[in-house]
Amino acid sequence: WPDLKDGTWSVVLLKIIKHYQEEGQGSEVVQGVLLGLVVEDRLEITNCFPFPQHTEDDADFDEVQYQMEMMRSLRHVNIDHLHVGWYQSTYYGSFVSRALLDSQFSYQHAIEESVVLIYDPIKTAQGSLSLKAYRLTPKLMEICKEKDFTPEGLKKANIGFEHMFEEVPILIKNSHLINALMWDLEDKSTVADKHELLNLSSSNHLEKSLQLLMDRVDDMSQDIVKYNTYSRNQSKQQQQKHQYVQRRQQENTQRQSRGEPPLPEEDTSKMFKPPQPPPRMDTLLIAGQINNYCQNVKEFTSQNLGKLFMAEALQGHN
Amino acid sequence: MLTAFVGAHVSGGGLEKWWQQDDNPAAERAPSSAPPMDSVRCAATERRMLSSPPFGLRASRWRYTCQPKTAARRHSLSLSKMSVYGPVVKIHPVVLASICDSYERRNEGASRVIGTLLGTIDKHSIEVTNCFSVPHNESEDEVAVDMEFAKNMYDLHKRVSPTEVIIGWYATGFDITEHSVLIHEYYSREATNPIHLTMDTALQSGKMSIRAYVSAQMGVPGKTVGVMFTPLTVKYVYYDTERIGVDLLQRTRVLPNRTKGLTSDLSQVGGSAARVQDMLTTMLAYIDDVLSGKVAADNSVGRFLMDLVNKVPTISAEDFENMLNSNINDLLMVTYLSNLTQAQIALNEKLVLL
Repeated sequence: WPDLKDGTWSVVLLKIIKHYQEEGQGSEVVQGVLLGLVVEDRLEITNCFPFPQHTEDDADFDEVQYQMEMMRSLRHVNIDHLHVGWYQSTYYGSFVSRALLDSQFSYQHAIEESVVLIYDPIKTAQGSLSLKAYRLTPKLMEICKEKDFTPEGLKKANIGFEHMFEEVPILIKNSHLINALMWDLEDKSTVADKHELLNLSSSNHLEKSLQLLMDRVDDMSQDIVKYNTYSRNQSKQQQQKHQYVQRRQQENTQRQSRGEPPLPEEDTSKMFKPPQPPPRMDTLLIAGQINNYCQNVKEFTSQNLGKLFMAEALQGHN
Repeated sequence: MLTAFVGAHVSGGGLEKWWQQDDNPAAERAPSSAPPMDSVRCAATERRMLSSPPFGLRASRWRYTCQPKTAARRHSLSLSKMSVYGPVVKIHPVVLASICDSYERRNEGASRVIGTLLGTIDKHSIEVTNCFSVPHNESEDEVAVDMEFAKNMYDLHKRVSPTEVIIGWYATGFDITEHSVLIHEYYSREATNPIHLTMDTALQSGKMSIRAYVSAQMGVPGKTVGVMFTPLTVKYVYYDTERIGVDLLQRTRVLPNRTKGLTSDLSQVGGSAARVQDMLTTMLAYIDDVLSGKVAADNSVGRFLMDLVNKVPTISAEDFENMLNSNINDLLMVTYLSNLTQAQIALNEKLVLL
């Protein structure tokens, strides 16, 4: 599928960064809408606007109305007013959740090419912009449509946690005028170049990531226990059913030999209610999240190893 | 003296417009360093300033150098003090990018776009953090601004960031026209002492000159009153993350087709190290020049270099080995654990699907 090429990325990028910086300091996620166009096989994102936070005293706040008004106003100034997706900030990479899935599903259902941009401010502050675009795979879309989250349903679709989201590559493109602006800024700006990327400290970040990972793994193990009990119950029930049917048959043969009418065959399924299969969607999400954490951690460690070796080389000269 | 100002603005032709010299944000000259020119009349001062090489003229300097010695001085002083905020306007790059974008999307036939600036006001500075464009029509004799739209947009924006207030307006284009005065008047109703930002998107002078102004009343009291726009210093401020975003954007400008993908992983560290290496080569070239006598040695640079070399901490080789090894062990352990976890969930998945 398409790669994302963006006409005026600088605006979008800076707006997202600014939005998080100003409103999202409390580890709440900040969200907003992406506007743009679909051009041939590319999705162009040209502008965005933020969503206000949900506060309790704002209960009657009408999101849809806000969106409509915003888009109408933007249309007046010739800004693309077509919805092409949404963006969200994330805390250490923990964004694979039910809420995200639902939102993205509704977006993708309405607009086929929509994406969700995940912006990781902590990783960005460490030196490199972390912005990823995701879409739901068609398989996952099917499942969400059917709302069939039982194990059998998932087995049918043959979906694993790796096939839930697909990442879309991002290309940044700026217009000539913005290029001129960049040259000007470089000239006039007195803020020094930041070299956080070469920072050696790693323990803080690792600690937090591992903490989150552990929580998720705990959730996962609970889920697994639930599933195990379910399958155990199921097999026990099967056995009971089997025994019952056998006993019935024995009795019937006995009765026949004695010349009495056989007992009616009872509907076994009504007697033994099958246990409720646990929904597997959560497990899938947790697995996806764990996978994401692991990927992030590995990326982080590889970077740090590189830096450590550089420091060694520097020290070796002394 | 005050009438001299009037002449400068309205006629515009003869005198080189002193307010259009580039604001040099790095030239933080304290006002006290400006030469005392009280004894000189304003007209003469003006001429002298214009003949001297233009570098870093600021609003404060103008104030100091043109204090008329008559009783009107007190009046003009108080006027200038009360109408100009501390002369620093801090702009975030978001605003500039948005202005460029709205200029590119302007309606057919419109030569410039205007819009509202949002931000926060401090005691000594104004920080511009957001903006949105406002549709307007401009013709020879009249100007129409969609005020309803402006109010609406401001309300919507207020919902997201309640701390931002209207602090002024912007216009693209090189100069300040008569229409600007009218629009400025409208904005003075919305905000106390609005600032006016101009951005030359047509690149008339070869650069995109970005300037900020505040309006000041001038003229003989009782008779016709005019408006003068005094310039303010413009500074660019970034949040940390903004700085990194802008860095990435800067890198796109050197590529031929202006596109760039986002790199990840070790290549980023590599890129950063390459940049440091470039800086080191420049420094080495300079040092070579000094050693061979081509360039005069500079003590302050020498001191910086000494600082730099001393920054590498002297630790005994053994201690450093230990630290390095323990760090590497930590990282490797974490990598191993995460790989293990991934294998585990993959296995779990397969088992469930059996």
